[in-house]
Amino acid sequence: MSTTLNVNGKAVTVDTDPSTPVLWALRDHLGLTGTKFGCGAALCGACTVHLNGQATRACITPISAVAGQKITTIEAVGADRVGKAVQAAWQKHDVAQCGYCQSGQIMSATALLRANKKPTDADIDGAMAGNVCRCGTYARIRAAIHDAARSLA
Amino acid sequence: MNYLALMQRVGRTQAETQVEPERLSRRSFLKFGSASGFALGIFSGASQAQQAAAPAGGLKPFEQPNAFLRVEPDGTVVVQVNRLEFGQGVHTALPMLVAEELDADWSKVRAELAPAGDAYKDPAFGIQMTGGSSALNHSWQPYRELGARARAMFVTAAAQRFGVSESQVKIVNGVASVGGKKATLGELANDAMKQPVPQKVTLKDPKNFRILGKPTRRIDQVAKTTGQQDFGLDVKLPGLKVAVIARPPVFGAKLAGYDAAKAKSIKGVVDVLEVPLDRGATGLAVVADGYWPAKQARDLLEPRWNTEGVEKADSDKLLAQYLEMAKQPGLKAREADTSALASAPRKLVAEYSFPYLAHAPMEPLNCTIQHSGDRCRVWVGSQFQTLDHMTVAGVLGLKPEQVELNTMMAGGGFGRRAVPGSEYVMEAAQVAKAWRAKGHSEPVKVMWSREDDIRGGYYRPLHVHRAEIGYDAQGKVLAWKHTIVGQSILMGTPFEDFLVKNGIDGVTTEGVVDTPYELPLSLDVHHPKVNVPVLWWRSVGNTHTAYVMETLIDEIARSVGKDPVAYRKSLLSEKHKRHAAALDLAVAKSGYGKKQLPKGRAWGVAVHESFGSVVAYVVQASLKDGQPVLHEVTAGVHCNFCVNPMAVEAQVQGAALMGLGTTLPGAAITLKDGVVQQSNFGDYTVARINQMPKISVFIVPSADPPTGMGEPGLPPLAPAFANALAQLSKKSLRELPFKLT
Repeated sequence: MSTTLNVNGKAVTVDTDPSTPVLWALRDHLGLTGTKFGCGAALCGACTVHLNGQATRACITPISAVAGQKITTIEAVGADRVGKAVQAAWQKHDVAQCGYCQSGQIMSATALLRANKKPTDADIDGAMAGNVCRCGTYARIRAAIHDAARSLA
Repeated sequence: MNYLALMQRVGRTQAETQVEPERLSRRSFLKFGSASGFALGIFSGASQAQQAAAPAGGLKPFEQPNAFLRVEPDGTVVVQVNRLEFGQGVHTALPMLVAEELDADWSKVRAELAPAGDAYKDPAFGIQMTGGSSALNHSWQPYRELGARARAMFVTAAAQRFGVSESQVKIVNGVASVGGKKATLGELANDAMKQPVPQKVTLKDPKNFRILGKPTRRIDQVAKTTGQQDFGLDVKLPGLKVAVIARPPVFGAKLAGYDAAKAKSIKGVVDVLEVPLDRGATGLAVVADGYWPAKQARDLLEPRWNTEGVEKADSDKLLAQYLEMAKQPGLKAREADTSALASAPRKLVAEYSFPYLAHAPMEPLNCTIQHSGDRCRVWVGSQFQTLDHMTVAGVLGLKPEQVELNTMMAGGGFGRRAVPGSEYVMEAAQVAKAWRAKGHSEPVKVMWSREDDIRGGYYRPLHVHRAEIGYDAQGKVLAWKHTIVGQSILMGTPFEDFLVKNGIDGVTTEGVVDTPYELPLSLDVHHPKVNVPVLWWRSVGNTHTAYVMETLIDEIARSVGKDPVAYRKSLLSEKHKRHAAALDLAVAKSGYGKKQLPKGRAWGVAVHESFGSVVAYVVQASLKDGQPVLHEVTAGVHCNFCVNPMAVEAQVQGAALMGLGTTLPGAAITLKDGVVQQSNFGDYTVARINQMPKISVFIVPSADPPTGMGEPGLPPLAPAFANALAQLSKKSLRELPFKLT
């Protein structure tokens, strides 16, 4: 069965079971492996994408539920002013260690800054607590989010 | 597989792998010529056949095998890193060493993870490996010499080009010059490779360092923040299939039956294979076009398991058994006269327990194998390339030279990817073997789900410590009788000969047996055998030994009214200047002893050496509604010369957070009737951003060869936190995770 998705501004057709999560459509059908698999149960945030600009866990979102809606992945988030500022701040603060969780972290951080121009530490904790980092880069994530907010002000 | 024979096959004997790193100047050097570009290859013990086969020309630079360094015509300098990068920063640190000695333009330096190969073996351990926080310490001299040798060849080439003597040639920031004449390393690369490789080189005086010692951003940072970095899980190959494995719920159990019909009816599923698995188990591999159909199909297999004849571990029962065992004499790891215990004015008897822990790296384990019959290619984020390489060859009945193992960037390791028996790679090879036996030839990526990971074993073992301490009113310790109970990690592995002595596993006792404190401490050890696979977990024995030592020392100090910092310093011998320096630095920068703490907060202190580096923490903690809160951490670090302060800060912050993670409720793997009770991040707790305190890192200046920092930041955090909480709650915290009620 065919489902047409809007991924990073382009219409793409995926011919597979409509219950397939967006994560696997992206990774296995569209070759977009920037979005990562960490838990398959929306417990770790590694699979975070934007659905109509909202942070969404792709591992539990079936493609049937999002046909035609705007999906943005890490590969394209830098085209947006906020995403670009977040990536620049991440690089300035040398945030990533292993880097595997960072696509999800950046997508969540970008969604936060779109909704909240000047988040407090508590706001950051609330928005980012769903994104696990086993390397423990959280201090630099916080600093980078504050920095990105300042640069966008 | 006979692991001792395996180690001998890879060309190292026990004698050769003792402590001192071999000087590369004793090895033969080979340099590869090529049509363009420059590559410097270094062989260790390469066979005559391998050397003869090394091509003098005709291959493109990026096709040269076993080279460490190549300079492209545009000046890009590519360094082969002989380790796995899994976040610790070696991908940047080793190229920094080369770039410094070569005087390269740092902005043009790139790194690649070297495939399995003789040239990439660690000089001290004799295998290609990453672990023990050893990369920088073992590769410090070799990688610098590599850069210096290359520099000498570029100087010679420049001298020839400019018609001057070599002493007149300067190389700065990737440009060679004499007066007004200039040439970049890229322009000189072709000529440089024609030069003989010098045996003797002079390394830079550290006062002339331009790169080393400076905070340096990671080479892979941009790729990792733009979704461009590929990990093992992201391998893409034509026709690639994905396999997921159905494993028994009890370690070592065998498949008794299953029904593949429903599984095979899932669109995209190609086959269901029976495969031998780890520890004599048997299971099933579902092979499909992608992860989703494979996973759905696995859920429909209805496997039945025969769990007769395998021990069904129960962590509650084990704990009770261990507590009893700890009261009995065991194997003697350290002798001391503890006769004064009976008559000591003050006595302390403490029992500690630590659960099994899963590593849970963010990237679940995976291994991709393309088996073409007489050739095999592997892609894996391995911490043990040599062992994994030999394992695949062994399973597939191939010679080592028929197997190519490519090192992938890994999403976290923490020890999980350093498996002495190569189990997960062995399983992938078994899948590849069964796949091929059924007439298939496509590459197969074996993927673990998070549930597979949490339930898959290879945990930090469950431990009990028992300490009976006699001391006096001044805090002088008169006797310290210490017992540790825990599964041996290294018995039955290739490392047994090196690290297990007289039946005692050195990675169980580290941190107690070698305590820097002058104490009449005796240590007994029990190594029960349990049907739960165990493995080293970031900082290994220190994950529990540091907690016990640093909380007990603190408790003794406080009970006699002595300041915990001063008390520690009074116990540290003259030999342990680095401990004192790290402690003093943390104290000075934290305000300990000077600053007034907000009401309800207490200071906590701990210091511990592991893997050659010393980390001291001074923390501020409080209890909010009975819940522990860590507010601020100040770290004093002694890692000898600090190659990259930006990376060391990151490692200390990350390791500290992982240490904090061990204190959180739910940070434990438990088993009942042989079945692991946890399955995902919902019931296996890991630290999240809201738990991260402010962590400030300060480094003691030093010029000695660097010691590693991947692990040393972990052990002292939990005890420092516990020491603060003990003052607030008036309770000793004798178990992890913390149990305050």
